[in-house]
Amino acid sequence: MAESKKIATRAAYGEFLVQEGANNDKLIVMDADLSGSTKTKEFARVFPERFVQSGIAEQDLMAEAAGIALSGHVVCASTFAMFAAGRAYEIIRNSIGYTGANVKICATHAGITVGEDGASHQTFEDIALMREIPGMVVINPSDAVSAKKLLKQAVDMEGPAYVRLGRSAVPVLYDEDHEFKLGKAETLREGDDVTIIATGIMTAAALEAAETLAGEGIQARVLDMHTIKPLDEDAVISAARETGKIVTAEEHSVIGGLGSAVAEVVVKNCPVPVEMVGQKDVFGESGKPDELLKKYGMTAEDIVEAVRKLAKN
Amino acid sequence: MSKTNYAELTETARRVRINALKAIAAAGSGHPGGSLSAADIITALYFNVMNIDPRDPEMEDRDKFVLSKGHAVPALYAALGERGYFDVEDMMTLRKIDSPFQGHPNMRKVPGIEMSTGSLGQGFSAAVGMATANKIDGKSGRIYVLTGDGELQEGIIWEAAMSAAHRKLDNLVAIVDLNGLQIDGRVDDVMRVRPVEGKFRRFGWNTLEVDGHSFPDLIDAFESARHTKGVPTAIIANTVKGKGVSFMEDQAGWHGKAPDQEQLAQAIQELGGDN
Repeated sequence: MAESKKIATRAAYGEFLVQEGANNDKLIVMDADLSGSTKTKEFARVFPERFVQSGIAEQDLMAEAAGIALSGHVVCASTFAMFAAGRAYEIIRNSIGYTGANVKICATHAGITVGEDGASHQTFEDIALMREIPGMVVINPSDAVSAKKLLKQAVDMEGPAYVRLGRSAVPVLYDEDHEFKLGKAETLREGDDVTIIATGIMTAAALEAAETLAGEGIQARVLDMHTIKPLDEDAVISAARETGKIVTAEEHSVIGGLGSAVAEVVVKNCPVPVEMVGQKDVFGESGKPDELLKKYGMTAEDIVEAVRKLAKN
Repeated sequence: MSKTNYAELTETARRVRINALKAIAAAGSGHPGGSLSAADIITALYFNVMNIDPRDPEMEDRDKFVLSKGHAVPALYAALGERGYFDVEDMMTLRKIDSPFQGHPNMRKVPGIEMSTGSLGQGFSAAVGMATANKIDGKSGRIYVLTGDGELQEGIIWEAAMSAAHRKLDNLVAIVDLNGLQIDGRVDDVMRVRPVEGKFRRFGWNTLEVDGHSFPDLIDAFESARHTKGVPTAIIANTVKGKGVSFMEDQAGWHGKAPDQEQLAQAIQELGGDN
């Protein structure tokens, strides 16, 4: 485990693009007037001929991305997650999903940790929306190291993918040389009493929760479910069989996201109690990321509480 | 065709109309009105204007056509069949289970289809993406996109129109099939989009207005677009919905309704017979 420095996954995305751009002349990067925030700006500076600006027009961004990708390119199309998965949903579905276009929707500022911008910019629905689309790969990296490596795999595979990235700096969980596999969960901590299946920035909170639980004599397994689709069903089934209880943790609605995806696998294969930590069918508000995570129930303490609740039943 | 043979184009368009109607009738559903209004435009493109090779549908540097008004696909299938991408008889499975000839175009199922469309406006934007890609790659292929006039009510059209002018995409030609009708009635009554020419001009496009059923007009316009540098071209094609079949002409009711066998027979007769 690496030391506790903090880097935003969007920053890792910006670095990845410049590195990949140097080796991959098929890479086109698109943005909708947010290149400073999504971190595509450096790619635009280094490779201006391969950067396409759509202006504040996310629907056009996505259909154009399809047209460019279907002309033989791999396109990383970026804007905030709210406007990518939300505003442009049907365009992603029909022009990117249905055509199988080689577009990687790299959506930043996902979840409540957008912070002060408030509810209009905080999306909790994107994972649900994207995983509904046939053939869409859905990736939600937990830290800067996994973000870079999974982005590389997303760009190297053929077909559409949604990569969910965050605004806030989050702890680095992995060593630089750690190897990842799309669709394969990372086991960050072993345990037989309960499994915490986390995704994105909630993975760090899950590790913190596991530490607290260990102090209470509860050994929690912690999985980093960086790929939500295709889901690592084997890891979920093993968790259900071997630990008998599952808590999911995501910075996303408890409706339709990781929790639902895990529950779908569990009820079909090995029914065990599942508790879901996430946004509870309400809109967010302005505030500091940490304050919001606390108020809306997405902290290590909330995960600990969910485990205790399962332990009681 | 080195020297334009307008009579041959007229004959091809006649067969395109008949095959489109036969397929729609066999399917029992589909969109005859917009297929007939677009038939001459599509015929001009596939049989005179575009640099394509049916034996090599993926040819590098080919021109591409995107049918943004995807519901007119029976006319496109008929033109592709006539052009030799497949046997035209194959399209008579239109809209049937297991047929590649989907109710709206699917690029993964039928050779020659460049973009899966159907949800209005998106094909136009995808075409802007294709033209952008060709500019980035230095490819000579030109991009043609056909939209309806009702379709211009979609916001994405104008987002993409802005992009195309901003990027000076002179390799892009949009054709507006201005037949004046949409599902709920006259475009002017449902949601006025006129002046169409003025809108595109103010968005920075080169604009041309033509009779969308005149091959000399259409071919001159495509030629003029080819020589226009630094801006995309919009060809506003004045058309008649249901063109060529008296009882379908200018009737909103024939937007999305299949003819029965008797109506089909009459339509074919009016179009000069199935021969």
